[in-house]
Parts: sequence; C-alpha cells; structure tokens
Amino acid sequence: MNFSEVFKQSNQLCKISPDGKYLATCVQYRLVVREVSTLQILQLYTCLDQISHMDWSSDSLFILCAMYKRGLVQVWSLEQPDWHCKIDEGSIGLVSSRWSPDGRHILNTTEFHLRVTVWSLCTKAVSYIKYPKACQKGIDFSKDGCYMALAERRDCKDYVSVFVCDDWHLLRHFETETQDLAGLEWSPNGCVLAVWDSSLEYKVLLYSLDGRLLSTYSAYEWSLGIKSVTWSPSSQFLAIGSYDEKVRVLNHITWKKITQFEHLATINNTKAVVYKEVEKRPTVRSDNLSLHNITIGTNLFNTQSKYEICPPPVQIPVVKPDPDRANPKIGVSTLAFSSDSRYLATKNDNMASVVWVWDMQKMSLEAVLEQTSAVRCFQWDPLRPRLALCTGNTKLYLWSPAGCVSVQVPTEGGFQVQSLNWHCGGDSLILLGKEQLCLCYMDTDQVDK
Amino acid sequence: MPESSLVKDIGNSSVECSPSPLRLVSQSSLHRNYMLSAFCTEHNVQKCLSHINQEVSSLGLPPVWTELSGSSEMNVVAVLNCMYDLIQLHHRGLRTLENMEVEHLKSSSNVDFLQLTGTQLKEQLELSKRENTGLLERERQLQLKVKSLQNYLKNEKEEMQKLQNIIASRASQYNHEMKRKEREFNKLKERLNQLLVDKKEKKQAIDVLNSIGRADGKRSLWKTEKTEAKHEGEMYKTLLSDYDTRQRELLLENAELKKVLQQMKKDMESILSSRKTALKDNKHQDDGIQAVSEEEEEVLDSSKESFELYCVHAREELTNSIRLQWRRLKSHVERLDSQASLTQMGESKNTDAVSRETHEEEMDRLKLEIQQCKDFIQTQQQLLQQQLSSPCDEETASLLSDCYMLQEKERFREEWKTLEEQRKVFERERRNCTEAAIRLSHERKAFEDDRAMWLKHQFLNLSPFAESKKPQLSKSKSAFLISKTEGTAVSAPEKLIKCGSGTTSPVPRCVPLTSPPTDDMYRTLCLIPENRSTKPKRKVEHVKESSVFFNGNVPVQRKQWNDSEDHSSHTLTKEKTSSI
Repeated sequence: MNFSEVFKQSNQLCKISPDGKYLATCVQYRLVVREVSTLQILQLYTCLDQISHMDWSSDSLFILCAMYKRGLVQVWSLEQPDWHCKIDEGSIGLVSSRWSPDGRHILNTTEFHLRVTVWSLCTKAVSYIKYPKACQKGIDFSKDGCYMALAERRDCKDYVSVFVCDDWHLLRHFETETQDLAGLEWSPNGCVLAVWDSSLEYKVLLYSLDGRLLSTYSAYEWSLGIKSVTWSPSSQFLAIGSYDEKVRVLNHITWKKITQFEHLATINNTKAVVYKEVEKRPTVRSDNLSLHNITIGTNLFNTQSKYEICPPPVQIPVVKPDPDRANPKIGVSTLAFSSDSRYLATKNDNMASVVWVWDMQKMSLEAVLEQTSAVRCFQWDPLRPRLALCTGNTKLYLWSPAGCVSVQVPTEGGFQVQSLNWHCGGDSLILLGKEQLCLCYMDTDQVDK
Repeated sequence: MPESSLVKDIGNSSVECSPSPLRLVSQSSLHRNYMLSAFCTEHNVQKCLSHINQEVSSLGLPPVWTELSGSSEMNVVAVLNCMYDLIQLHHRGLRTLENMEVEHLKSSSNVDFLQLTGTQLKEQLELSKRENTGLLERERQLQLKVKSLQNYLKNEKEEMQKLQNIIASRASQYNHEMKRKEREFNKLKERLNQLLVDKKEKKQAIDVLNSIGRADGKRSLWKTEKTEAKHEGEMYKTLLSDYDTRQRELLLENAELKKVLQQMKKDMESILSSRKTALKDNKHQDDGIQAVSEEEEEVLDSSKESFELYCVHAREELTNSIRLQWRRLKSHVERLDSQASLTQMGESKNTDAVSRETHEEEMDRLKLEIQQCKDFIQTQQQLLQQQLSSPCDEETASLLSDCYMLQEKERFREEWKTLEEQRKVFERERRNCTEAAIRLSHERKAFEDDRAMWLKHQFLNLSPFAESKKPQLSKSKSAFLISKTEGTAVSAPEKLIKCGSGTTSPVPRCVPLTSPPTDDMYRTLCLIPENRSTKPKRKVEHVKESSVFFNGNVPVQRKQWNDSEDHSSHTLTKEKTSSI
C-alpha cells in the first residue's frame, strides 16, 4: 500500500472525475484539477469566492463550483480553460446546486425551497419547478439519468413529480400516502421509487416508474421510525435502518421483509468474527530515537493499533442517548451495500465505534469491527467486496472477507482521516483530512493483511 | 380351712395394698362370704341340703339330694358332680370375667387414648381456628388492598384516557396549526417569489461564454404531443424491459427448481420402483396399491413429456406427481422404520432389495473372513503341534497324554465319590426333615383333638356352685397368672413338685377330669416336652403349686395378682348386685 504526498484542500471538497482520470480539489476560492495518474496540476481555476460545493459533470468535462453565500454558481470546462459560465441566483438565494445527469443542466434549489431553477448550458434557458419539498432527500435521479423524481409539497400534501431529464417533461405527478415525506430514492434499475416518511412514522412506499403504488411497508407504529434507506446495487433488496436499532431488508418480488438485522450490545453469534482494534504505544528504542526524531510527527506520538479477534460473547460499548433531545443518537443511520450486493455494512448511532458487516447470502452477521473511536465514514470498494473506514485518527482501516487491517497513514503533521472516497477503479482511495488530502494506492489485486 | 384363710389373706393384702373405696366395698363383700361359710352346722344339715338343692336346681344342675330317697345322707357322687359342675361354671365365669377385665382394660386405655387424642384435636382445632382468623384477617386486608389498587387502576385508566384525549386533541390542534402555518408559509413563499421576480435590480442571470452542445450531440426538440407520447413510450419500454428481465430471471430460477424437482422425482422413482419389485417378490403389496402406482407412473411420464412446455397443466402434474411420490416415499420410509424395528427382533429378509443385496454382500464378506480366520487357526494349530512334537517323538507324546488322562480320570472319580456322599447326606437330612414335619403335623392334629375334647368337657361340665366361687377364684387367678407369666413358670416345675406333695387339698382330687386342658395349656407354654407321658396328678399339683409360688415369692406377680384379684372381686360384686 502506497501513499501519495499531502495536498491542501478546504471544505473537504475533493472529487475524482467520473471517468477516473482527474482529481479536482478546492482550496479556498481556487479549483485545482490534477491528473490522477501523475498528480500533476492540469488546470487551475479561480472562483469569485470561497467554494462551498463542487461537482463533476457526468461526462467529466465540466466542473461546477457553487458559492452558496453569494448565490453564485461557476462552471469550468476542462477542455476549454477559457470557457466560463456564471449563474447568479440573485437575491433569491441558493442552498443547493447539482448537475443534471446529462451534464448540460444545472439544478439550483433556492433558499426556503421556493423553487428549483433549471439552467441549461446549451440554450441558456431557465425553467422553474415550484414547490420542492425541503427534506432529507427531495431529489433523486435514476441511475441511467433518464428520470428525476422530485418531492413536492402542495396544500399540505406530499406529491412526487417524475420528470424526464431529457427535456424536463413532467412524466408523472402523484400524491403519496405520507404524513411528511422525508426522502425518495430510485432503485438502481430505475423502475421502482422508494419513498419514506419522516421519523415520526415508520412507512415505506414503493412506486413504480409509472406512478403505481406497488407496496407499502410499515414495521411498527408510534415510536420513531426510519433513519436511513438504501437499495442494493442489484435492486434486489431494500434495506431500511430505523431508530429501533434494526435493519429490515425487503425483497423486490413481494416487497415483504425477508430478514431483519438486530444490532445487539452483546454478540453471541459464534459464526460472526469480531475484530477489536487494540491500541499500543510504540516502544521507542534508544538507538532508533534519532531516526524517530526525524519523523517525529508521524510515528512517535502516534499509537499503533492492530485488530484482535474476540471470541464470543462480546460486549459492545453502548452510549445511551438523551431522551429529551430531538434526533436522538440511536438507530441505524448509515447503510451501504457492497458492489456485488453480497455484504451490507451498517452503523448504529448509539454504538458509534462499531461497524457491522452482514452477509446477504446467509442473511447473518459476518463481521463486527469495533474501533477505539467513533467511525466517521465507511465506503465499499466500487469493484470488490472491500470496505474502507476511518475514525478521524491517523489510520485507515480496511475489511474484506479475508480479514481486517489497520494502516497508519505515513504523512507528516498527523494527518487525521476525516473522510474517504474510493477511486472508481477501486485501486486507490482519497483520504481527506481537515485541510489536507492524500491518495492511497492499493496493491493491485490483493488485500493487504 | 386352708382355703378360707387363704382367701382372707388375699382380702387383707388387697386392703393393705389399695385402700380405695372400691376396695372397701369388696372387702365387706368378702367378709360376708366368709361369714356365710359357716352356714352349715350339725343341726341344719337338712335345711342346708334343701337350700343347696334349691340353689343348684335354680342353676339348672341335677339335684344333689332327692327327698325321694329319704335318706339324710346325700349322694356323694351327685354332690361331687354338682361341685365339679359348679367349679367348671365358676371357672368359666372367671374366664369370662378375665376376658371382660381385659376388655375393660383395653377399653379404658382406649378411652384414655381417645381422650388424649380428643384434647390434642381440640388443641389443634383451637390452633387452626386461630390460624383461620389470622388468615381471614389477612385476606380482608388483601382485599382492601386489592380494592384500593383497583381504584387506583381505575383512576390511572381514567387519567390515561384523559391524557390520550388531550394528546389526540393536541395532535389534531397541532396538525391544524401546522397546516395553517404551512399555508401562511406558502403564501409568503409565493409573495417572496413574486417580489423577487418583479425586482429589477440583481436579477437571476446566466452568463455563458458560448453555449455548449448537448452531450448526445443532438439538438433539443420542441415540446409537442409527439415528444410526450415518445416519453410515455420510453417509460413503458424501460418498465417492460425491466419486467422482461425479471421474468427471465424468474424463468431461469423456475427452470432450475424444476430441474431439481425432476431430479428428485427420478431419484424417488428409482427408489420406489426397486422397492416395488422387492415387494412383488415378496407378495406383500395388494393389487389396489399396485394399480395406483401404475397410474402414477403414467402421470409421471406425461409430465416428463410436457416438462419443457412450462404450461400450468404440466406444472400441476409435476407438482402433483412429486407430491404423490413424496407421500409414497414417506409411507415407504415409515414402513421401513416399522420393519426395521421388527427385524430387530426376528431376522426377516423381506425388507428391501437394495438392503438385502447389501446384506448378502456383507454376509459373504463375513463368511470369507470366517473362512480366513479358520484357516489361520488351523495353520497355527499345525505349527503348534509341530513345535510340540519336534522335541520328542509321537509315541511318548501319546503316552504322556494318556498319563495325563488317567490322572485326570482318577481325580474326577474321587470328586464324583465325594459328591455322591454329599448327595446321600443331603438325602438323609431331607428325609429326616420330612419325617419331622409329618410328626409335627400328627402332633398338631392330636393337640387339636385334645383341645377340642377339653373344650367339650369344659362346656359340658358347667355346674352352678355359689360357695366355691371365692376359693376357685384364687386358683383360677393363679392359672391366669401362669398364662400371663410364662418365663417364671418355666423355672418353677421342680420346686412345685416338692411342695405340692405336702399340700393336698380336696380340690386336686376332683381335678383329674380337667387334666387334658391343663396339659394342653402347658404344652402350649412349652413347659412339657412332647414325648413326656402326661400324668394328670402331677399336672394338678402343678396348678396348685404355681398358685402358691406366686402367692409367696414374687412381688411383681403379687401385684398383678392383686390387681387382677381386686378387678375380679369388683366384677364379682357387680355380678352379685346384678343378680340381686
């Protein structure tokens, strides 16, 4: 495993182009585009203000930089460095900006969710979509880029509008049976739209592309409901994480629950492997001290850690949430399927230092990773069943069915990994620190032990 | 008169021992009896005679003296008979008295016991009553508690209902308010939107250097009915393709499953067919089932043909056939189970062709193994013999073996002899035993006869004799005591015989008739060895002496005596009062 040198970045704005060739990073008001292979700077753009959001167009030709405070969006072209485009939302404000799947339109959501403005880069045309709903995930494009589902609120009722992204033609518009719609998500095959209610009510609705209600699922009533929803890449499963610390998995044929995964504080499952991270202070030998002094920031004050396999039963540290506060830190907030839909990684908020990996074939717990500190972020390798996670310290952790490993990021100045992103080829990772980033290259075709 | 003095003695002793009012009464009665004993004098013989005669006849005995004879002297034989009868009567009376006394004792002890138990039960009753009241009190308290809890529950329920109502009303109010707010919010949004649109300065704007082409290179189209239709079509196309892929997947899965089913069916078929042949061989299956199975066979074939058609009919047939076969297999397995349990008891070969084959194989293998083992053993024997015969030649070996044989034979013979002797001894002993048993039974029979005789005599010789009641009483007491205290009596006999010669009384003389019962009694007490010839006189002496012995020597016995005596006297007085 190799690591690149450290680069500066701000706001953790750092993205690899969809084709995997370029790396765009924002440093204050500057946008830097590098080639991934050489890490040489390819282009350097200067925006009008500090960039608060940056995104690649789907064809990797354009980069969008949004400055929400100023209500401005600037678009840069990779092929034509001279080309520029500036969209000013004016005094109506801007809270969110995104590319349409074709990479020729920009959708801006104005403040107070007054409307969604669709700007065309081809025709400079502007169109508005009124009444967008301010919610967890109000807009979702289907994976093939054909359709966009938008959550709306009119007359105190929830609606979903399905647009054809090609010409923003309203294909379907239907009312949903939700109290307070919280989010919607297309299945990866683009044929089913999952819509879920806010946390006050456990309700998942499944709509066909043509607006038919396929199924409704509710696990329980009264107590706080859904916290997260994820489709498996095969569109076979819909995993629903909820406040009752369980993940329920629906199947795509009957839309009934096929299994549920409970996140228990005590693991008695003998088939699951429990990896526990154990920290160890390095023993500094006197003869090596001089050498250590050189790389003092990296090794001397950083603790080494390794995984130990704990035999069951294992007690997992649980933090009891404050019941008087809103949005209690409990329940499954993060769900992620591996690219082959074989594994599901979950995180329960009141067991913040633990990542659970479930086997979707056996429908059982496969592994538990107990870290020393709270897990910040985890992401599956886009090609292999390999999970990368970080906990805000100087280490990178990887899990694969073969085992588990923790890797010290060998950079100066105590690089603390806050977030990570896989390269679409699956052979490198971007590690994002507070104001830095570094690339981590995997050894080809094998997982480090 | 020795008897009277004796009686007096007894009376005194009784008085001395227990000066209770009861005793006093008995004493007075005894005195009266004593006084009466002098009722016959030289002068009033005739009177007495008539009186006695009267008394005797009143007791239902033959008269002692008949006036017809006219002679003043009485018939001695008749008198003696009468006396004897009286004595018998007396004895009987005494025995009944004793029995009654025993009964009385028993019943009194019973009464005591019952009283005791009564008091205990009363105490228990008291206790349980107390407990009961305690429990009642507790129950009452608990009931009170329950009542209060119920009230509490009711209140709580009411409270809950109230709270629920409040919550519901608040929720509806909240929803209403929220809707109102949302409406207001929307109005504001509208207004804001309007204002922003109307605003001239700082308008929304896009500033592009030059427009770029579409990603697909095409030009955008005008929105028309056509495009709308096209979108619809595309949407349905994607949906259809999705359904298509899903259906294909399902088809594949179904085909997979069907294959599995087919495979299973084939396997079952093979198993069942083999079983069927086996059954046919054994003539076990009746024709009805056979027909059914053949029918199934047809069904299977038809399903096999239409397997590739995926039509509903074929599927139904397949599932049906599988179901049928499965049922058959199940029953078959069950039958096999039962057969297995049967074969465990007795070996039966009609289980299954396959299993029989395996059995046969196994058998063959085992037979082969046995043969091999036998061969092995034979070679070993040969080798051994060779080894043995190698040092000396065969003749000496045979001689040696003969020698050994002879010795062995001798030893066996001796053993046989001793065993035979032992057997004889045992036989003899057994014979002795049987003889003894026979003798015993004989003796027992004799004893039974004797007893019967004695009883008969007893019964027959009952005679009323009022005067002799007292002395007879003491004697009977003694007898009673003997029967009670066997241990001391065993050590007595010799002594008794000695003293017995001195004290001859008129009573012993008339006793001989009673000898068999006493003898019986002694025998029962094991005082007389069985082979001893019974001599009546001696027995009488025994009786007599024993009484004396007990009177004089042992204080314990004496006490008993007294007890029984005063009991008897008590009963006697009672009797008297009742008769008077």
